Amino acid sequence: MLHVSRLAAVLLAAAAPLALAQDANLGRNLAATCANCHGTAGRAQGDMKPLAGMAAEKSLAMLADFKSGAQPASIMHQIVKGYTDAQLKAIADYFAAQPAK
Amino acid sequence: MKHIELSRRHILGAGAALAATGLAGCAGMGGGGPSIGKVVVVGGGFAGTTAAKYLRMWGGNVDVTLVERGDAFVSCPISNLVLGGHKQMTDITVPYSGLDKHGVKRVKGEVTAIDAQAKRVRLADGTQLPYDRVVVAPGIDFMPEQIGGLQAALDSGQVLHSWKAGPQTVALRKQLTDMADGGVVAVSIPKVPYRCPPGPYERACMIAGYLKTAKPKSKLLVLDANPEIQSKKALFEKAFADHYKGILEYRPNAELKEVAGGGKVAKLEFEDVRADVLNVIPPQRAGDLARTAGLVNINNRWAGVNWLTMESTAVPGVHVLGDATFPAPAMPKSGHMANQHAKVAAAAIIQLLKGEAVNTAPVVMNTCYSFVTARDVVHVASVHQYDAADKTFKAVPGSGGVSAAANQVEGRYALAWAQNIWADMLA
Repeated sequence: MLHVSRLAAVLLAAAAPLALAQDANLGRNLAATCANCHGTAGRAQGDMKPLAGMAAEKSLAMLADFKSGAQPASIMHQIVKGYTDAQLKAIADYFAAQPAK
Repeated sequence: MKHIELSRRHILGAGAALAATGLAGCAGMGGGGPSIGKVVVVGGGFAGTTAAKYLRMWGGNVDVTLVERGDAFVSCPISNLVLGGHKQMTDITVPYSGLDKHGVKRVKGEVTAIDAQAKRVRLADGTQLPYDRVVVAPGIDFMPEQIGGLQAALDSGQVLHSWKAGPQTVALRKQLTDMADGGVVAVSIPKVPYRCPPGPYERACMIAGYLKTAKPKSKLLVLDANPEIQSKKALFEKAFADHYKGILEYRPNAELKEVAGGGKVAKLEFEDVRADVLNVIPPQRAGDLARTAGLVNINNRWAGVNWLTMESTAVPGVHVLGDATFPAPAMPKSGHMANQHAKVAAAAIIQLLKGEAVNTAPVVMNTCYSFVTARDVVHVASVHQYDAADKTFKAVPGSGGVSAAANQVEGRYALAWAQNIWADMLA
């Protein structure tokens, strides 16, 4: 652990630390897996639910209900189980930060 | 988090400074700094268009050129509805011009070679496009040589594949509408792997539905080289029985060996089947360009890739996307998956151009809707996480699945899926 935190300190000190740059894109990359149906950056068209600008707590509650089965779904109950809770959090945070239009 | 914001601001500030001193890249780059590299994307299908758009959207100052030979994108998904008479070609055609606002440069032309040493893409008209990295998304091409007489029957137009949407879709629809009532239609399905596993069975439903309404004395024979339906099996079996009984006959293990009789006879191992309309979905391999560029290195058919970057395992600096790739386990050849490949590649290419480490935990997912009637739809979905130990994507156990039953709610979602994925690629 000491080694790791020393490394982290070194990275934090660097101008453009690689590990952080990667983390910065994590939500973006994961959320892009939703865009096929929910639109680029969550700006959906037609009969699909837009996700851009949705409060993270709201999306996470919805996703949790899909996962538990509390909220019946045609397909989302199957898709949501492919992502870890941390990944869902990153996705929800990303969409929350996107402008709705 | 604060550190990231600071470093972002720092980068933006640096870009603005460069722009002010006239050192920024060409106008319209929109990235606020000099180009970090040139990427040429070859192929304007689900994968290529998505890669081009996302490279610009995420990379900002990446110089992106899309080379495509066609005038507009024509979607294979939903094209079976054109065969059934429920949609028109204009409904499945999307212009490439939507990519202009993202700063994607478009070149219409045919790529004949990729010179990986000189890092140049060569076009049929002699144009050469230099690149730092090239994305090859050629889709599939056919292996008609595996079936006697097929090449000649395809060349003459007697037999249509209609497995690339466009004029072939229109021509097959015309063969169906021209056929007299009481005629026989046969659809030949190749052994897996082929593009869009459920596609042939959706096509069977759409053709049978048309016959049921317009030509009720006619028959549809589904000649499947595989031992069983390859996707959504129980759902398609139910649709065949519920909606198309007496019209649609499904025959497993019915591999097409030869096309004869002026394209009207399908010779199987033990019998000859006569058809008024014979639609042959031929065996498939990676698109021609993958072969000429030396990217085909698995089973003499498909292009192997590093799943973290989609970079070819045969030729460095070349990224291969979509149906041309040798898939990870349980990964379908689909437009949806091709779009997902493109996003993994776009993120990785930007990082590689910047000299950064690539994302070590990419995720891709697939959703495929199939129409079993004009309104009732069934889906299959899967989520695939990268497995670092095995260096491949693996479907997540317990995730994904199929519809409980065909339903009209998913009929609406299927059309909305198409609308949204076309926009994700091209708007």
